[in-house]
Amino acid sequence: MRHLLSAKDLSHDEAVAILDTAATMAATQQREIKKLPPLRGKTIVNLFFEDSTRTRISFEAAAKRLSADVINFSAKGSSVSKGESLKDTAQTLQAMGADGVIIRHAASGAPYRLATSGWIDAPVINAGDGKHQHPTQALLDAYTMRRHLQGENAGGADLSGFRVLVVGDVLHSRVARSNVDLLHTLGAHVTLVSPPTLLPVGVDRWPCAVSYDLDGAIAQGVDAIMMLRVQRERMSAAGGGFFPSPQEYSRKFGLDRNRLAALGPDALVMHPGPMNRGLEISAEAADSAQAVILEQVTNGVAVRMAVLYMLLGGSEGATGGAA
Amino acid sequence: MTSGTPARSGTERVVLDSSDISRALTRIAHEIIERNNGSADVVLLGIPTRGADLARRLGERVLQADERTDPLADVVGSIDITLHRDDLRRHPVRAIEPTTIPPAGVDDKIVVLVDDVLFSGRTVRAALDAVSDVGRPRAIQLAVLVDRGHRELPIRPDYVGKNLPTAAAEHVRVRLAEIDGVDEVAIDRTIGEDV
Amino acid sequence: MTSTTRNYLIRGVTLPDGTSTSLLLRDGVIAALGADAADGSSDAVALDATGLIALPGLVDLHTHLREPGREDAETVWSGTRAAALGGFTCVHAMANTMPVSDTAGVVEQVWRLGRDAGWVDVRPVGAVTVGLGGERLAELGAMADSAAAVRVFSDDGVCVDDPVLMRRALEYVKAFDGVIAQHAQEPRLTTGAVMNEGEVSAELGLTGWPAVAEESIIARDVLLAEHVGSRVHICHLSTAGSVDIVRWAKARGIQVTAEVTPHHLLLTDETVRGYDPQFKVNPPLRTAADVLAVRQGLADGTIDIVATDHAPHPSEDKDCEFDAAAFGMTGLETALSVVIESMVLADDVEFGWEDVARTMSAAPAAIGRVADQGRPLAVGEPAHLTLVDPDARWPVVPRALRTASDNTPFAGRELPGRVVATFYGGRATVLAGEPIEVGA
Repeated sequence: MRHLLSAKDLSHDEAVAILDTAATMAATQQREIKKLPPLRGKTIVNLFFEDSTRTRISFEAAAKRLSADVINFSAKGSSVSKGESLKDTAQTLQAMGADGVIIRHAASGAPYRLATSGWIDAPVINAGDGKHQHPTQALLDAYTMRRHLQGENAGGADLSGFRVLVVGDVLHSRVARSNVDLLHTLGAHVTLVSPPTLLPVGVDRWPCAVSYDLDGAIAQGVDAIMMLRVQRERMSAAGGGFFPSPQEYSRKFGLDRNRLAALGPDALVMHPGPMNRGLEISAEAADSAQAVILEQVTNGVAVRMAVLYMLLGGSEGATGGAA
Repeated sequence: MTSGTPARSGTERVVLDSSDISRALTRIAHEIIERNNGSADVVLLGIPTRGADLARRLGERVLQADERTDPLADVVGSIDITLHRDDLRRHPVRAIEPTTIPPAGVDDKIVVLVDDVLFSGRTVRAALDAVSDVGRPRAIQLAVLVDRGHRELPIRPDYVGKNLPTAAAEHVRVRLAEIDGVDEVAIDRTIGEDV
Repeated sequence: MTSTTRNYLIRGVTLPDGTSTSLLLRDGVIAALGADAADGSSDAVALDATGLIALPGLVDLHTHLREPGREDAETVWSGTRAAALGGFTCVHAMANTMPVSDTAGVVEQVWRLGRDAGWVDVRPVGAVTVGLGGERLAELGAMADSAAAVRVFSDDGVCVDDPVLMRRALEYVKAFDGVIAQHAQEPRLTTGAVMNEGEVSAELGLTGWPAVAEESIIARDVLLAEHVGSRVHICHLSTAGSVDIVRWAKARGIQVTAEVTPHHLLLTDETVRGYDPQFKVNPPLRTAADVLAVRQGLADGTIDIVATDHAPHPSEDKDCEFDAAAFGMTGLETALSVVIESMVLADDVEFGWEDVARTMSAAPAAIGRVADQGRPLAVGEPAHLTLVDPDARWPVVPRALRTASDNTPFAGRELPGRVVATFYGGRATVLAGEPIEVGA
């Protein structure tokens, strides 16, 4: 594992090793002194072509707790808006001595280009690219599920047999793609629930089930439900006219009081944030005892520490001893 | 790593057998009690993987010899040193071992670090850093089953099972029942990967 | 024009029908064939063409020469030299230049640049609408009447999606036997689209370009052409559904012709998995089923011609994110080889050298109404021809191609068939695989 570009690239053993490492990282974050030394002297660049304060801060905290130096490079725009090209930006970072690059970009595949075009040598971590992938989000989601469903001492365990619903705008969601890939790799049964307009053509070939009926999917039994953010502007004609109104969306695909009750008290309620309360998730569900939405944020730091350590903590980024 | 009968090559020479190891640990347990006027504040932290098993065995003996009734978990833990190694970037990424600290923590305790073999001293240096991340002990002491010499840092053990003069190129193989299915220490003269 | 055109005796060459003969090229025409050729050849340069195949000079109905406006990507001179190296003796220069080729002035400029370069016959394509804006007709008559004698009109790069405007254009060009070459792409169905919509786009998170956006426009336009009794040409047809619609239209007697590009004969959307913009093209690379359908369509005559859609771009327009990259691929120097690879050498379609001559020379010349191109290799015909070594294989190295841009999707591949020589009006533009400048 030299780069982390897609959850699809992770083997079962690699994914479990990352979750296990994340668990040890999480334990260190309970201590008074949270800082660890393994990336001392390394420079990590947060290359964000798209605003995402929460993801950037999470990676920054993870890198700093491993003693790396962090440079934040906010390059909103890029070649699309006639700024500096991705290639020139990348080569500038290389010239500054970046040991690792965390990239967030509105264009699907931009991290892949960065990693494979010969522009730079450093490991590349995808922090979300367009509608493609967001692998650390999937890892933190899987970590959160494993912790709750398999218990604190879940080392080595996967998510075999657990049933997960991913609900909402799958078409535009990198979170959905990453989660389908990783949860499948870890043995979970995933069902995507969405209006047909918000599913990509070709979804029938994904390793998951697809449903247009949230109540029916809940009735089958659910261990965790993940509500995706739905942008209100998708309703307008200019935004694509994907659904008639927020009210109708909420009625058919929102996690409201009745559906929360139907889930039962043991099902985890998850959301990658930021939430549209009242649209895809009701306040009652978001604030319920079974919601682990804030814990997802906390776990994000540990998972990203694990990824940074495993990619940058050794000589070649090879996961030699990870088993 | 699998347990079971060890694969012992023809170039190996066994220097400590099961009863030698047992006697050495019992002696070290008594030395720890004697040196610290009892074991009231003693916490044993093993360095994974084999140091952790040795710490557990030492802990049993200390509790027994000092006639204490604490559960073993209250005095024995393990401390991962992977993240504190000074040779991280020379090797492929190493898996992180568990760190478990007894519930009372290490602040103002006497921490006895436990490892199987003392060689260059770099592992112990990393362990000292790792301990300082989890608290501030009153003192840190070092117990090893074998001291084979060739120190590269100003570090010396407080408790030694056996001093074993070796050539730098030789390997010391420590096998413990918990991991390897047998208790023994052997010297291997073949050149190969060190542990 | 050179004043000292040499005469050539081409010995032992194989014609598309498989017969072996000699050809004497004198004063710009094929002066003699067979035994007669040797008799009249005392002043001719003799070429041993044993093992080579002679094809009538290739005619491209769809070339972007980029001049005026984007001389950093290609010029008329560099693009037509690349064409000669690819075996072409005539190219149709697309209208999406800067300024757009929508007036007699611009098309005449392009035509003159082509004539001065002397590599091939450059036939400018005129824009259908002013500035490719899709709002009002350009002065099609003026372009037809100009020195460039434009017969093919296209807003290529943009679809003429307004049905009324398309109807008017189809009707209007009947006055001078012109043809509208439609870039079939329903714009609202392809907003932001960068690749074929399907399984691969779903996984890659790239915005998809559905086949129906092409097929619906083709269906509409063949019906419009039928209604107004005009002819319509479909640019770069790329889907199985499009092949079916054109087949149906032809069976109905509609005057429709269609082209397929070499890249759509060989490549699928699977190539996009690496996010390499060299595989970004419009229309996009489709599925394997579509590739098979267009190959079968070309073999059975549903698709009339192969056209390159040679679309050079400077490297910075490709060395970037997939979304940000320009659409297009170069093709003039690889077209014949790709057709040999995907059609002639393929086991699953029947396609011989006469089919190559038909689809890459005779039929495109006929659609473009270029009277002296695409002619058979016969005594008295213009000496536009190319000699191909069918057994040669060559590695595609972008830098080694003579087009001014490097954006070939075939980099790193080995392709069959090498153009050894090209003769344009009796003048050798290529000999031993090397270009020969005018006057050299």
